[in-house]
Amino acid sequence: MKAMFIAFAAIVVIAIGANQVLMHLGFSSEDQLTSPSVRLGE
Amino acid sequence: MKRVTLAFALLLVLLVPGVAQEQTPDRSSTGGAQTLEDILKRQRGEKVDYGFKSGKTGDPASAAAMSSQLGTLGGASDPDLWRALRFGTADVKVSAGGAPARVLIQDGGMSWLTFRKGPLATYGAYLLGGTIVFLALFYLIRGRIRIDGEKTGETITRFKAVERFGHWLLGGSFILLAVTGLLTLFGRFALIPLIGKDAFAPLAHFSKWIHNNVAWAFMIGLVMVFVMWVVHNIPNKLDLKWIAVGGGLFKKGVHPPAKKFNFGQKMVFWGVIVLGVSVSASGLSLLFPFELPMFAATFEKLNALGLPQLVGLGTLPEQMAPHEEMQYAQLWHAIVAFVMMALILAHIYIGSIGMEGAFDAMGSGEVELQWAKEHHGLWVQEVQEAERQGRPADHAVPAE
Repeated sequence: MKAMFIAFAAIVVIAIGANQVLMHLGFSSEDQLTSPSVRLGE
Repeated sequence: MKRVTLAFALLLVLLVPGVAQEQTPDRSSTGGAQTLEDILKRQRGEKVDYGFKSGKTGDPASAAAMSSQLGTLGGASDPDLWRALRFGTADVKVSAGGAPARVLIQDGGMSWLTFRKGPLATYGAYLLGGTIVFLALFYLIRGRIRIDGEKTGETITRFKAVERFGHWLLGGSFILLAVTGLLTLFGRFALIPLIGKDAFAPLAHFSKWIHNNVAWAFMIGLVMVFVMWVVHNIPNKLDLKWIAVGGGLFKKGVHPPAKKFNFGQKMVFWGVIVLGVSVSASGLSLLFPFELPMFAATFEKLNALGLPQLVGLGTLPEQMAPHEEMQYAQLWHAIVAFVMMALILAHIYIGSIGMEGAFDAMGSGEVELQWAKEHHGLWVQEVQEAERQGRPADHAVPAE
């Protein structure tokens, strides 16, 4: 059962990691839909 | 034989769409504008060809000069302008948002919405419900498939830790994706009446976060499983024997010979790979909105092959608004996911309550020797032969 629980933990780690990476790379909707003349969230 | 040929001939006749072309309606009474019949047709939910008006967006070249009477719009009246907006031909300029933001009216969105709320949700629910009912009936009639022979107390390693890791990375993420996907589709009309909007809002928010981010673990798991197991899942002659006795699923004491994976497992494997790749492709298209459109290009290829025409769907659209691409991606994503969920429900059933000793294969990786002999007899022989010769067991299974 150890492999199963490690895999479940890996799912959580990959999900959080993927989210952080995509946010840093500027893939959030806010970054994607903002330009110098259109600002969101300010 | 004659009867089968006749049945096929009949099927072909039914599949070939009607060749009679619909005549162009007479619109002289309205001066070329839409007629009462057009409106009634639309209200009946029938397809209306808007070709008669979609191109009528004004003619600035031969228009009266702006200084003349009735010439202030430069040759395009207000209705001309609205038509251009509606049919996506207006020259819209935006300061942000790119191509999607230049679409101000996208009437394809209505048919997407009604399909999503209607047939997709209804037939999707029927499919999952039907699968659960079928499995429950199967359990009631067949009962749990027991180990027929005497248990030996000995075990054999069925799956190594890395194989189980890959399986559960895929399986665990799939369950999360399935639950959050169902919440997204059914939440609005199934959950809000039960728990209210205040409780549903955070649930939907977290569902979306989980669905978007857990997708990566699913794709990694899919690649792992494919790489590790593809060689063991190539169909071979043994599968015919398995099919001939229905895998021994319906009769006690029947055990067709099988190597590492029997035909039933091969079907699950290829189902998961093909559907998994498809759901991942449409999922990626949805994860990066408007960046990875794939339907116009796919439809173009399908039209060239003549497949949609053959099944009576006519020519599929090859030009679509960015939003329409997303709508097709969403529908396809959900359809594939429903089929996959039904398949996995059956997989979960047979791997847990449906068969004694099956869960150990993915739990501890060690299965009862008698179970292995009954369900994967040839594989057991290969492993034991390899052990006798001092080779690692995994190399014993030929790549076929």
